[in-house]
Amino acid sequence: MDHFEVFGLPRRLAVDGAELQRKFYELSRLGHPDFHQSASPERQAEILEASARLNAAYRALRDPIARIEYLVRLEEGRETREGATVKPKAPPELLEEMFEIQEALQEAKSGGLDAAARETLGAQRERLQARYEHEESRLRGPLTEAWDAAAPAGRAAALTAFKESLATRAYLRTVVDDIDEALGSSREGYVAHRRH
Amino acid sequence: MSRIVGIDLGTTNSLVAYVDEKTGLPRVIPDRDGQVLLPSIVSFAGEGVLVGAAAKRQLVRRPEATVYSVKRLMGRGYDDVKDELPYLPFAVAPAEGIVKIQIGSREITPPEVSAIVLKSLKERAEAHFGEPIEKAVVTVPAYFNDSQRQATKDAGRIAGLDVVRIVNEPTAASLAYGLQRIREGLIAVYDLGGGTFDISILKVKDGIFEVLATNGNTHLGGDDFDRAIVLWLLEDIRARHQVDLTDDAEAMQELRLAAEAAKIRLSADERTSLTIPFDRFTYRRDITRAELEQLIDKLVASTLTPCRMALADAGLAPSDLDEVVLVGGSTRVPLVRRRVQELFGKTPHSQLNPDEVVALGAAVQAHILAGGITDMLLLDVTPLSLGIETLGGIVSVLIPRNTTIPTNAREMFTTSVDGQRVVDMHVVQGERELAKDCRSLARFELSGIDPMPAGMPKIEVVFLIDANGILNVTATEQRSGKAAAIEVKPTYGLSEADVERMVEDSFTYAEADVEARLLIETRNEADTVITHVERALTQGRRLIGEEEQRTIDAALAALKDARGRTDRDRIREATTAMNQATEHLAELMMDAALKGALASRRADEIMER
Repeated sequence: MDHFEVFGLPRRLAVDGAELQRKFYELSRLGHPDFHQSASPERQAEILEASARLNAAYRALRDPIARIEYLVRLEEGRETREGATVKPKAPPELLEEMFEIQEALQEAKSGGLDAAARETLGAQRERLQARYEHEESRLRGPLTEAWDAAAPAGRAAALTAFKESLATRAYLRTVVDDIDEALGSSREGYVAHRRH
Repeated sequence: MSRIVGIDLGTTNSLVAYVDEKTGLPRVIPDRDGQVLLPSIVSFAGEGVLVGAAAKRQLVRRPEATVYSVKRLMGRGYDDVKDELPYLPFAVAPAEGIVKIQIGSREITPPEVSAIVLKSLKERAEAHFGEPIEKAVVTVPAYFNDSQRQATKDAGRIAGLDVVRIVNEPTAASLAYGLQRIREGLIAVYDLGGGTFDISILKVKDGIFEVLATNGNTHLGGDDFDRAIVLWLLEDIRARHQVDLTDDAEAMQELRLAAEAAKIRLSADERTSLTIPFDRFTYRRDITRAELEQLIDKLVASTLTPCRMALADAGLAPSDLDEVVLVGGSTRVPLVRRRVQELFGKTPHSQLNPDEVVALGAAVQAHILAGGITDMLLLDVTPLSLGIETLGGIVSVLIPRNTTIPTNAREMFTTSVDGQRVVDMHVVQGERELAKDCRSLARFELSGIDPMPAGMPKIEVVFLIDANGILNVTATEQRSGKAAAIEVKPTYGLSEADVERMVEDSFTYAEADVEARLLIETRNEADTVITHVERALTQGRRLIGEEEQRTIDAALAALKDARGRTDRDRIREATTAMNQATEHLAELMMDAALKGALASRRADEIMER
C-alpha cells in the first residue's frame, strides 16, 4: 500500500491539507496502539506496523514539497525512504558565483573572513535564499499543476522537471546552510532542519 | 485490565498518580505522612538502603554513600559526565560503557538506583489501593535519547514494574492541562525541572494532542542554578574566611542545600539570608534576587535557543501560539517566567502545580492505555534524528527528528566481500553530520548470512521507533525470507543478562525484613536529633536555666539509650520527648539568631554608606 492509498487518495499532488489532517486524526483514533493494549501480541505487532505506516504516510503527504519527493520515488519504484532522494546539483547559471562562494567558505574554515568578505557572503546568501524560495514556489505551483494535468504520456516529462527542480533546491539549501555556519548564524555544527 | 499508575521519575522529586474513576480526574498519591513528593535520593549508608526524605537526611552526614540527581546519569557513559563529577560527592568508576557509581566496594548503576525510587512509589501505590501494582506509565524528558529511555525502562523492570509506556514529560503535562484547561489550539510547553529542560510545541484539536516539534537539553535545570550559587558562595567564603571548602564533601552538601533553599525563597522574596554553621565558623550571607538573577541569567538564556529551534521545526512564529504552559519546579523562578513571557509574548499558564502536573498527565496516559479514556489521544514525536554510520563516518539519516511515532524506516544491506557472513551496522542518534559527533546507540551485527558473492545477499533491516520512542531493529534476508540473527551491543546500556541479574538481586533485597529497614530509618532520625541537640547545647546552654538543662540532658541520655536498642517504638517515643524537651531552647536560639542576623545586616548597611 503506498502513502496515497493509505488515505484513499489518487496519485495527485493537489491535496487539501485540512481534509488530510482530519483523516489522519480519524485513522489514528481507529488504529493507534494506545487503544489496542489488550490485543494479542501478533495483533499488536500488526497494529504497530499499520500505525507506523499511517504516520509515515501523513509525514510524506502533508507538506507539498515532501509530497513531490515522495511521488518521484514512488514513480521510479525506489525503496520507500526519507532523506536523500536527489543528488544536489548547482543551477548552471550560478556556477561561476558558486565557485566564488566555495572559495570564501574554504577561507572561513581555514582562518576567518574579514568584514568585507563577510558582507559579500551575506549578500550572496540572501540572493541564494531568494532563488531557493523561487524554486519552492515553482515546485508547489506550475510544476505541481503540470503533473496533475498531465496525460499519462506527459508524466515522464513532468517527473524530469520535478527532479531537476528538487536537485537545484537541495543544492541551494546546502549552500545557504554552509554560509550560515561560516557566518556563525547557526549553532555550531547543528544541521539546520531541511524541511521537505 | 489491571490498574496502571502514572509515575513522574524526576531529577529532584518523584511522584505517583492515578485517575479517580468517580471524578475522572487525576490525583497524586501521598505517602503515609501526607507527603506527595518523594525526594529522588537513595542512601546506601549503613546496613540498609534508604530512599526519599530519610535518604535526604543522609546527604550531609554520608555524602559519599548518598546518591541524588541520578537521572542526569541515566543512559550515559563516564565521558559524558566526567565534567560534573567534581561536584558530585559520590564516586563514579572510570569504566567503558554505562556509568557505574562506586559505593564502598559496591558498584551500582543508575537504573538500579532509580529502581529503588520506583519501588518506593510502587509500594506507596500498593498501600493506597490495597492491591499489588504491576504496571506503570513512566515519564522521561522529551529530549531523552534511546539509551536514556531504555535505562528508564530497565529501572522499571528491576523495580518489578512493567513500564507499559514511556511518555515525554511536556506532553504528559499537556494531557493534564488538556483534561482541565485547554481544549484546542497551538500550545508550547516549557518544562524546566531539576536537571533537564524540554520545549514541546503541540497542536490540540478534537482530543488529539499532536506534537509538532520538540527540543531541549537533558543536562540543564535547577541543579545548575544551585551549582552557580554554590560557586559564588565558595568564592565569598574564600574571600571572607580564607577557607576553601571545595574538597570538603559534607560542607559542599550543606552549601548546596542552603543554596537550593535560598533560591526557592528568592522566588517569593527580594532578599534572603543564609546561615550555615560549619565546624570552624558560622557562615552568614545575604543574597538578593537581583544577585541570583545575575548568576543564572546565562543558564536561563540558554533555554531560549531550543525554544526557537522547536518553533522553526514546527514552522511557527512565537505569535502563532495560543497558549504557553509552564512545567517543572524551576519555572517558579521569576526570571524564568519573565524570559518565557518575553519570548512568546504572552502570559504563561501555571495553574496546575508545576511539581505535580507531569505525574497527573502520566496518570491520564495510563488511564487511556487501560481503556478508561477513549476520546483523548497523544501523538508524540521522536526528538532526535536516527541514522546509521556510512562510509567515511558520515551519518545517513533514516528517521528525521520530530517524526510522529510509532514510525519505521527500511534499509537494504549487503556484503562487500565474497563469502562474507556477517554485516555490521552502527546506529546513532543526533543532528550532526558525522557519526562521531552523534550519540552512539548500538552496534548491530547481522550474522548467519549464506556465503555468496559480494553484493548478492539482500538483507532488509527495519528500524522501528515504537510509541515509547525506543528503537527496535529486525532484519530479514530477502532471498530466503529468513529472519537474520541480530546481536545488539548497546553503547551505553545494560545487556539483557545484566537486567535479569538485577531483577533477581532486587527480589533478594526485597525479602530483607521491612522491619529492619524501618528500624534503620528511625535510628537515623534519632541520630539527626541527637546531633542537633548536642550542637544546640554547646552554643545555647547559657540561654537556659539549670533545671531545663537537666531535663534536656536526661532526655538526651534516654534517647541515646533507646537508639542502642532495637525497639522502634521506644526510639520514636524518646525522639518525640527529646524534641519536646528542647522546644523552648530552640525558640530562644532562633530569637538570638534573628537578632544576630539583624545586627549584622545593620552593620552591612552602615558599611555601604
